[in-house]
Order: sequence, then C-alpha cells, then structure tokens
Amino acid sequence: MSEKLRSTPLLDELEKGPWPSFVKEIKKSAETNTMAEGTLGQLERSYMDKISHWKHGGLVGVMGYGGGVIGRYSDLPEEFPEVAAFHTYRVNQPSGWFYTSDVLRTLCDIWERHGSGLTNMHGSTGDIIFLGSTTEALEPCFADLTANGFDLGGSGSDVRTPSCCVGPARCEWACYDTLDACNDITHSYQDELHRPAFPYKYKFKFAGCPNDCVASVARSDMSIIGTWKDDIQVDQAKVQEYAANGVDIEAEICRLCPTKCIKWDGKSLDIDNAECVKCMHCINVMPKALRPGKERGATILIGAKAPIIGGALLSAVFVPFLEMEPPYEDLKELAEAIWDFWGEYGKNRERVGEFIQRVGLGNFLDEIGLEPVPEMVAHPRSNPYIFFEEELEEDE
Amino acid sequence: MSQPTVDEVAEAMYDLVKVTHGKKNLKAMDLTKAMIEKFGEDAVDKKFCKLAIRQLIDSGRCIYSYFGGSFITLPPEEGSGG
Repeated sequence: MSEKLRSTPLLDELEKGPWPSFVKEIKKSAETNTMAEGTLGQLERSYMDKISHWKHGGLVGVMGYGGGVIGRYSDLPEEFPEVAAFHTYRVNQPSGWFYTSDVLRTLCDIWERHGSGLTNMHGSTGDIIFLGSTTEALEPCFADLTANGFDLGGSGSDVRTPSCCVGPARCEWACYDTLDACNDITHSYQDELHRPAFPYKYKFKFAGCPNDCVASVARSDMSIIGTWKDDIQVDQAKVQEYAANGVDIEAEICRLCPTKCIKWDGKSLDIDNAECVKCMHCINVMPKALRPGKERGATILIGAKAPIIGGALLSAVFVPFLEMEPPYEDLKELAEAIWDFWGEYGKNRERVGEFIQRVGLGNFLDEIGLEPVPEMVAHPRSNPYIFFEEELEEDE
Repeated sequence: MSQPTVDEVAEAMYDLVKVTHGKKNLKAMDLTKAMIEKFGEDAVDKKFCKLAIRQLIDSGRCIYSYFGGSFITLPPEEGSGG
C-alpha cells in the first residue's frame, strides 16, 4: 500500500462496531488492486474536505449503447491517478435477483480482471453495479459479460433496467408472474433500454401483490402491482386457530382495517369485500387464514419518482385491473402510447409524473387514448380532479 | 419529396449534429423532429428515424453522451481526452 494511504483515520472510524464495513472490504481489495487503493485515498480526502471528489457524466460508453455505463472521474487525478477514471457499469440483473454461486463467481472474476473488483449488489434500480473501470477496460469487460450471458442495464434518458419482486418463485401472494413479466418487458424493450430516446428515465417495477416489496409505488414511472378482483379467500378454521393462539383479531385486524370492512364475532370473520382497498394488512397478520382472491391480475399506476429534480411523487392508478398474461400486449400498448406523447412533448429531465402534472391528467388521457375512470386516484377515496370536456361544454 | 433511405436520413442527422456541435446538445427526439420537418411526415416517421439514429450510432459517427440527460453528439477527437 502506498505511503499516502497508510493513514486513513476518518475511514478507520467506519470499521468500528459490530456492523459490516465497506471500508474493511475496500481495504481487503486494496491489497491486490490499485484502483481500490486509490478509492480509499480519495474517500479519506473526501471525508476530510467534506465534499465529494467524484464528478460524473461525459462521453464514455460501449459501442452502440447509450446506457449502462456511467462516466465517473476524480477531480484530483494527479493526487489519485489510480482512480482518475472510475466508471460505473450497470449490469442487468436476473429477474428477482436469483443467481447460482457459479454465476456470482463468474461475475466477480470478470470484474477483478477488468476493474477495481468493487461491486454494489445491487443498486437502487436493481442492477448489479460494478464500480471503477478505466475507459480502456470498458469494451473488453462488456465483451466478457456478454460472452457469459449478461448485458448492460439502463442509464440516462432511457428505459431503466426493469425490476421485480421474487414473485411466485417464493411468495404465495403473487397475483401474477412478476419474474416472467419483468423478463418479457426487458427483452421486448432492448432498444429503448440501450438507446436513450426519452426526455428522461422511465422505470418499470413489478410487484406481485399490494405489499409492493419493490416499492414500485414510490420509485417507478410505471408500477405494475398485483391485485385481485374477487373476494379474499378465508379459512375460518385457521382464523379460529390464530385467535386461540393469542391473536386479538378485533384489535389487530378489525380495528386496523383502513375501511373497517372486517367483522369478527368470536367465531367467524366476515369481510365486506366491496369495501376492501387491498391494503394487505389482514392477510399479512394471518397468512395461514387469509389469501388474495382467485381472480388475479395487476393494477397499473403511473408517475412515481424520487426527489432528484423537483419533489417526490407517488404513482397514481391508471388501469385499475389488467390481466397479466404473456405477451402482456395491453401493458405494452399503454407504455408505448405514453412514450409517444411524453417523448415528443416532455422537457429535458422531466419525468412522466411531472409531465402529467404540467399538461393535466385530462389532456394526458386524451392523448394516450385512455378513458377516465373513477378509480384513477393516487389513493383510495381521494378525488382525481379529472375534468371532463363534455361536462365543461354542457356547463358553458 | 421522394422517400429517403435510412442512410440519407442518418446523413442529414449527422450534418445537424455537426453544425450544432459545441452550441446545442441534441436529444434523439430533437433529431427526429428535425428530420420529420426536413423530409416531411409522409416520408419519415419516428420509427424510421429510430433506424437512422441506430445506424448513426452503430457506425461510430456519433455517440451518446450524458450531461444531465442523454444526448447524441460527435465522438471526442483523438487526443482531446474526451
């Protein structure tokens, strides 16, 4: 280790305590990798100066793609030449983040051959993140990845790498096959994923049930959240078992139901399903006794974003219920209609949720060819404030 | 105006990127709109322009860049340091 990195007193603080430490891991990598060593030096310097010394963006990428590589540079290249260029790859993760240990070893081997060896499993969009590549290593690393069945994910103004919950692979509440839908959309929109053509990013997230384990309602431009149309399935004997085992059904289920649509008389549970808003609370508390209904599909919500530019938005209902069967034509038709309108009239760095706010929901629906319905709300029992032109004309 | 080929539209896009280089960053949609205006909406549409952009990028004559959004630009000149 070079002289300048022997002392990292501020980073050393982050190794203390019983928790896993990224500093400890970077130090391990730094024993064999000069880029990891440079990272430590620059990081210590950032903690001293209380400012990031990374700058990002620019002209790096792999041939033919506009996404998947984020250019990153040190603003102290003379002091830390090992990390003068320290680009990030986003590698498209498998649906539901399922790997074999062989695949993980392959990924690590590729990355140790070409870059810093440092990874982030996974980034907040869901991709496998490889941190720290020189510009020269970009193409050879990409070639190795593709030779092993991996491809880059999205970055910039494109479809970002779609992600999904583990769905039916591990969860009995999945109302549709999130893994298949995510995989299908990823393959269907390779061009939109690799060749940025939108005003800004567009994220798909697939959640199998309203528990929304991928937090799609807060993070994705298009949230596809599993739901059901018919009644919650109730096993009364199991409900009684829960009660016998100490669950206070009145207090823990009935009183916490947001619409108070559940009644318990000490023997049987009665649900007024027409009033149910699919919050999942009762099902989560008594998973052996209650299950989602049998007529399953998904609700499509549009417009969430994190507060990078402007404030955060939660997505709002656009399609109350859609059957989610391959090849997902209705979902694709909706996404493409949105891209067509937003793509043409959206401002640079304007997410689709912000665009809808600017042009108005009524105009937006008109342009994408969707009829307004009362369920188009941000949350149950809220007013969507859709103004219908015909009604306005009548008033005039 | 007669139906242009993908190559011709890609060439027109390249000319536009070259002319605006250093003055204005162009997004894929800016190029598309400019081509529809130049050749007419009966001759080229968004899908056709998408093919032309792909040709332009795959040939290496233009690249994608990121400056707070994704743009289509000329590749850095040799020795310019990117």
